[in-house]
Amino acid sequence: MNYLLLLYQDENLWEKKSEDEKAETMGAYFSYADALREAGAHIDGAPLEHSSTSKRVRTNRVQDGPFADAKEQLGGYFLIDVDNLDSALEWAARCPCASTGHVEVRPVWNIGG
Amino acid sequence: MNDARAIAEETARASYGRLLAWLSSRSNDVAAAEDALADAFRAALETWPERGAPNSPEAWLLTAARRKLIDGSRRKNTYKDSIPALTLAAEEAEIAMRDEAPFPDERLKLLFICAHPAIDAGVRTPLMLQTVLGLDAARIASAFLVSPAAMSGRLVRAKRKIKAAAIPFEPPEPQAWGPRIGAVLEAIYAAYGAGWDEIDGSANANANLTGEAIFLARLTANLIPDQGETWGLLSLMLHAEARRDARRKDGAYMPLGEQDLALWNQAMIDEAEAALARAWKCGQVGAYQIEAAIQSAHVAARLKGHDTTVDIVLLYEKLNALAPTAGAAVGYAGALAAAGRFEDGFKVLDAMHPEQTKNYQAWWAVRAHILNKLERKNEAKIAYDRAIGLAEDEATRRFLAAKRAALGKVRS
Repeated sequence: MNYLLLLYQDENLWEKKSEDEKAETMGAYFSYADALREAGAHIDGAPLEHSSTSKRVRTNRVQDGPFADAKEQLGGYFLIDVDNLDSALEWAARCPCASTGHVEVRPVWNIGG
Repeated sequence: MNDARAIAEETARASYGRLLAWLSSRSNDVAAAEDALADAFRAALETWPERGAPNSPEAWLLTAARRKLIDGSRRKNTYKDSIPALTLAAEEAEIAMRDEAPFPDERLKLLFICAHPAIDAGVRTPLMLQTVLGLDAARIASAFLVSPAAMSGRLVRAKRKIKAAAIPFEPPEPQAWGPRIGAVLEAIYAAYGAGWDEIDGSANANANLTGEAIFLARLTANLIPDQGETWGLLSLMLHAEARRDARRKDGAYMPLGEQDLALWNQAMIDEAEAALARAWKCGQVGAYQIEAAIQSAHVAARLKGHDTTVDIVLLYEKLNALAPTAGAAVGYAGALAAAGRFEDGFKVLDAMHPEQTKNYQAWWAVRAHILNKLERKNEAKIAYDRAIGLAEDEATRRFLAAKRAALGKVRS
């Protein structure tokens, strides 16, 4: 079963971090991704560029971002393969983002069958 | 006007479990009793602000709730079966109202129902939290990492089963207590564990689960005082809870040996020690008592300066013989390391099954520590990486990252 973990947090926090703090945060994410790989659960994952670079398309009109006033922006994702929702939620709780922002867990609709 | 609302909310907090236990043990139907009680609270919030709160809010709520229950039974034609019991309940409620005497505490019955062998082991703790403590399904779901919809579904099914299978609302006969008490205590311990792991960060809402678990343990110990394990569990949880404030310093993880003793809750430690002494007097050794004794030995080492490392190793050996779990094995390895027996600790970890250890954060953290002490730096670095990747909170991650950094440059 595939699940998408959506990582939401205040992206301005990142801008405010010192180089050392950035390295520490990146290190925590690398360790997390490695743990997912060792467990055979990792499919894909990446951080997203700042939300100011986003574009939204709706009824043929393209608009510039950012679109949400909310403090927490979608900042990255992991696509994982685990047995069930309970296991996906366990992995979501281990994600560094769960301590600093929040992680949304979405089952991926299996169209191929 | 706000006073009446405050009284209703206070009654809900303080008496929910007792009211529900009393109502469900007379209707034999937890779900119906919950609905009736919810209706009664709603009626209280409507009428108390206008007419003032009654002298005995609990008796008022009981009377209102049993009226709802009787109406419900009439509608469902279960009148004949349950009305005699409910009428009796109504009389009792009225006596209680007149005398303002406290009504009998029947939460123990409710605890035993929740831990009945017919109820799925995984839903026992959530069921207790909902019925005895009145927590809502969404909050329980977040503590147990399942979706609120799934948790509500499980709770509803469990309650339907209690009714359909006619699980009796009586504590079992004393000879059948052993395993049933075990299930009650296990469920309380699980609730404490869910709160304990989540000390900071996003999971703050769950910290209070530990308080609720201690409440249940104290209740159980006082209701069944001749069972050593009930006191053992209470002692164990009080010891752990006494150090809550000392576990973090400015958001950083503090290992037990470096915690600020001024932040330990001395009253809680005293109560924990008294509970442990009471447990030994019952004369039946069990896993919770040994775990509490391990805690007690750690505390004595810090408070009185005794060297208890050897005692702790022996206690872990006893624990692993009596109730082997992954947690007890990793604890044993850690205790051996603390006694300077790094090779022995490493062997204990190595003997565990890979399926058990693959994603077990504590196993990787203790392994990293031991490998570090054995000067196997490359392997230690890999183990620290895994422990960091599996950690659930920022403070632990940072603590381990600092240890990893202290390994210095290693070839990888």
